Amino acid sequence: MTLMAVERIKLVTTRAPWLCAILALGLTVGLAAVYAMQADHEVAISGSQLGIPFGLIVVMVLATLSVTTEYRTGTIRTTFQAAPSRVKVLGAKAATVAIIAGVIGEVYSFASFGAGQLLARDGAAPLSTAGDWRQVAGAGLIYAAGAILAVAVGILIRHTAGALALLLVYTLMAENLIQVIPNVGMDIHPWMPFHVGQKFLSTDGPGVGFFPTDDITLSPWASLAYFAAFAVVLLAIALGVAKKRDA
Amino acid sequence: MIEAVGLTKRYGSVLAVDDLSFTVRPGHVTGFLGPNGAGKSTTMRMILGLDNPTRGQVLIDGKRYAELREPLRSVGALLEASWVHPNRSARNHLLWMAKSNRIPTRRVDEVLEQVGLTSVQNKRAGGFSLGMSQRLGIAGALLGDPGILLFDEPVNGLDPEGILWIRQFMQRLAAEGRTVLVSSHLLSEMAQTAEELVVVGKGKLIAQTSTSAFIDQASESTVRVRSPRLDALRQLLLGKGHPVDYVDGTLLVRAATTEHIGDLAAANGIPLHELTTQRGSLEQAFMQLTGDAVEFHTHLDSAAEQAPELTAQGANR
Ligand SMILES: Nc1ncnc2c1ncn2[C@@H]1O[C@H](COP(=O)(O)OP(=O)(O)O)[C@@H](O)[C@H]1O
Ligand SMILES: [Mg+2]
Repeated sequence: MTLMAVERIKLVTTRAPWLCAILALGLTVGLAAVYAMQADHEVAISGSQLGIPFGLIVVMVLATLSVTTEYRTGTIRTTFQAAPSRVKVLGAKAATVAIIAGVIGEVYSFASFGAGQLLARDGAAPLSTAGDWRQVAGAGLIYAAGAILAVAVGILIRHTAGALALLLVYTLMAENLIQVIPNVGMDIHPWMPFHVGQKFLSTDGPGVGFFPTDDITLSPWASLAYFAAFAVVLLAIALGVAKKRDA
Repeated sequence: MIEAVGLTKRYGSVLAVDDLSFTVRPGHVTGFLGPNGAGKSTTMRMILGLDNPTRGQVLIDGKRYAELREPLRSVGALLEASWVHPNRSARNHLLWMAKSNRIPTRRVDEVLEQVGLTSVQNKRAGGFSLGMSQRLGIAGALLGDPGILLFDEPVNGLDPEGILWIRQFMQRLAAEGRTVLVSSHLLSEMAQTAEELVVVGKGKLIAQTSTSAFIDQASESTVRVRSPRLDALRQLLLGKGHPVDYVDGTLLVRAATTEHIGDLAAANGIPLHELTTQRGSLEQAFMQLTGDAVEFHTHLDSAAEQAPELTAQGANR
């Protein structure tokens, strides 16, 4: 608990996390508001949540920076000096960043939903089914898992530019490009973690939304578990590596 | 107390620290002396558990660093003043450090006061001068009121006033009974700061001794003699096995004392016009003792004169 409080102090006493949080706000709630105001039809829940994947990327940038900035400035050595158990201290960092990311996801997804309700001229779909609730309330869980994954990548790569480039290229391009690999591409694609994670935040039933997840056979909750497991395994690998190498 | 036993660190093909054993005791400043690249910073990183030794170990009061509970309370260290987040305030930097080891917030105010940073505590650390950053680093080291303190080249790049401040500060800490290990590549600096020395060259231990003994041992003294019967004296000395050089009408005698030469001259009725001991300079002494172990010494030292900060950072990597 002490170590998590320390990580929280570190996060809130620098500018970057705040800037990321504000940027994510614009990309989620801002986008939902703009979309709702210009929509000439009833705004579906997926419509109000259209910015959530972009917000996720910004939150993952925040999570990555929380690690790589420490390596860049050398404060990671002060950190290890204060708490020599690297597994504990980096684990505490991952947990803290995940909680903050989860809160951001939760607040922004409901605020996005609220923006749809308030601003759509032709009204917006209410939260009626369990699937509706999952689509909105699930954002925090996906953000938390995404943050853990990003912390793991930050620990493994250590350099801000390298870690961010990898995460952005991977999430924005690589998973989709996989599909063009002859023969196997279409078989692998349904198992790409971010793509699978997206299913958790998608509407029940086929073909709706900006990121179609029709090719995924896992249920939404199994998709979340798959995505989260991927993040946790990557974190475990990162902690193992950090424990062995020189700071 | 710090105890290194067979400490060895290899980075790829570079043997940075080579079977190094030494002991640092409380109560006085111990200088960790060696030319740039000798492995001082690497050793300090291993003491703090940041780098893993390839072989051997280093213990702090009998424990490995990783075994210390709330280590900032046992060991304070300033390895690089730049290890702070440039956009975090000095106070917040110390606050998170304090929190991590359950050190009361009151201590943050105390150490800020102690190093004279109270008035700038809410300013971003990135805007600090080198001297102020160094003070912030020292504040961090003092936070847990530790019995052991490590400083890696703390005076590098500081102005004379800052150097004096740090020197007196370290001596005060040692006088309080703490173990203080401070590294430097300048013997002249260590001569004014440290009572004990651990001298390294190319990763190997060259000497562990008191500073004065090191200087005596290192600076081979010569005796300068003038006499109207210089030739006769020269023959006598050579006959006794003393190496003698003849320079500008004087004799320079190595490995002999003034007493010995004076008695010898008197016994043979040779009048003396001058009989003085000459001591080599400290840096000469240092170079002599680190001898072959100093690979890059002259090269790095001339570079250091031109760009002290640059070299200091490079060497402290
Ligand atoms: N992380 C590292 N990777 C590779 N080589 C290193 C590393 N750290 C130090 N070295 C090398 O180890 C040797 C000792 O360096 P260092 O401990 O910084 O010496 P000093 O502090 O005495 O100047 C140097 O040759 C240096 O280049
Ligand atoms: Mg160094």
